[in-house]
Amino acid sequence: MFAPFMVNAWLAGTFVAIVSGAVGLFVVLRQRAFAAHAIPNGAFAGAAGATLVGASPLLGLVVFAVASALGVAALGRRRDDVVTALALVTMLALGAALLAASGAYEPAIDALLFGQLLGVSRAEVVALALLVVAAGVVLALVYRPLLYSSLSEEVAAARGVAVRVLDLTFLVLLAVSAALAVPVVGALLTFALTVGPPAAARMLARGPARALALAAALSLVCVWAGIASAYVSGWPIGFFVGAYAAIEYVAARVASSWRDAGARP
Amino acid sequence: MHWLVEPGFWSNPVVTTALALGAVVAVVSAAVGVVVVVRGQSFAGHALTDVAMAGGAGASLVGAAPLVGFLLAGVLGGGSMEVVGAERVRDRDVATGVVLGAAAGLTALLLYFVSSASSATGSTQSVLFGSVFTVSPSVVPLGVAVAAATLATLFVVRRPLLLSSLSPELAAARGVRPRAIGLVFVVVLAASVALSALVIGAILSTALLVGPASAALRVARGLAGATLGAIVAGVAAVELGILASYDSFYWSGAHRSVPVSACVVGVVLVEVAASALWSRLRRARG
Repeated sequence: MFAPFMVNAWLAGTFVAIVSGAVGLFVVLRQRAFAAHAIPNGAFAGAAGATLVGASPLLGLVVFAVASALGVAALGRRRDDVVTALALVTMLALGAALLAASGAYEPAIDALLFGQLLGVSRAEVVALALLVVAAGVVLALVYRPLLYSSLSEEVAAARGVAVRVLDLTFLVLLAVSAALAVPVVGALLTFALTVGPPAAARMLARGPARALALAAALSLVCVWAGIASAYVSGWPIGFFVGAYAAIEYVAARVASSWRDAGARP
Repeated sequence: MHWLVEPGFWSNPVVTTALALGAVVAVVSAAVGVVVVVRGQSFAGHALTDVAMAGGAGASLVGAAPLVGFLLAGVLGGGSMEVVGAERVRDRDVATGVVLGAAAGLTALLLYFVSSASSATGSTQSVLFGSVFTVSPSVVPLGVAVAAATLATLFVVRRPLLLSSLSPELAAARGVRPRAIGLVFVVVLAASVALSALVIGAILSTALLVGPASAALRVARGLAGATLGAIVAGVAAVELGILASYDSFYWSGAHRSVPVSACVVGVVLVEVAASALWSRLRRARG
């Protein structure tokens, strides 16, 4: 399980888990799960477009992910799920048209959707490590105002916090981390990590700092257990990560409802 | 008309089936979509396409009819979203996401079993980008039956449903049970989405659910008018999109057609942009 060819997979999974857990807490607090699903899927059109013009797919992913984040932020008011849905559909249709025009090979597309954790290269591991550092720096810089505006947007705006700029910063951060994580672990796994473990952490932890740490930790447990289970069984890792994330969420709900019942006299 | 419609369009049986089924799906999606937009459930409407896909993969594993798998998974997934997320509206987003993540993982597993049982590939894309041109005519009777049942249920529950969507307190005071109504609607939504995801693919399913409805709600006064407008806009988008995709094969020169999904989404976007412009002009005039 810890053979040399697995080392990159463990490292990549660890880095993606930390970023997804931390960014995911804000996705849950800001109720942006739809955007977290739409942006990586929309970025898929970018990879198809890049293949067509012969550019690097990663560049296409980043450009399109940031473009869809900007579109969602510019057109939609907060929680405007119609705009998110239309942006997602537009990007996917564009991807379908570009794929039809380029005649790309089918398994390459499956790899983008479901990821290839075993094929992670050294360069991708380094890129993901840099992403962890960059996301950490950005989150540290905007942590307090972002948290403030996530919990009570009106009060934050009244106190002079630039709510729209923050929303944009957050969506771009989401887009860049999705664009880097998707080719490694797949759109599926990134999304499962962004919602399940952070939602569980929000219910269990008291205080935002603990919730952030717990979200990253729960997300790490998901990924590590997922890699181990996939290695032993030979089944796709996406299944295990999706299932473990859902189990964590349900367990946290049960635990927090027991706690509430016990707290009441 | 020959300059607009390329030869063989009306006589081609594949195109005829696509036009008919596409219209049926567009009508159901538009009518359900108006309520989806009013209730703010676009995310659930999109997520259910992926959930239904897990059922499609399961059905092809055991050799059952795909539509049955799509419907079963859609209804189960929609029901669990509603049960997990019904207590508070702010939990609905997360509940939808968790069910979506779990269902997508299940799809990956089932597709893995399917592809190791046979050497067939491409089931992912056929669901995601599904083409109306590949629908087998044998789907038509069951598909029409599901569509009719969905529309009938929606018609029966329309009053309590809209009341509980617009004002849950008022609805509760009038004796409507919001949770029961929410559950009924999510089953209607799941059936509609499962049908459209199978017939026209996930992209178009979401586009036809949300696009025509949001355009019509901007323009029309009253929900009956909006529903009618959404149905007209949805059917127009499908038929024009199929026509454009068919024509593009002759017009591009390279004899390669633009996918139906891209054409229909293009028409839907034009409709949405036109409605936004129209409501802005009306507001400017006072």
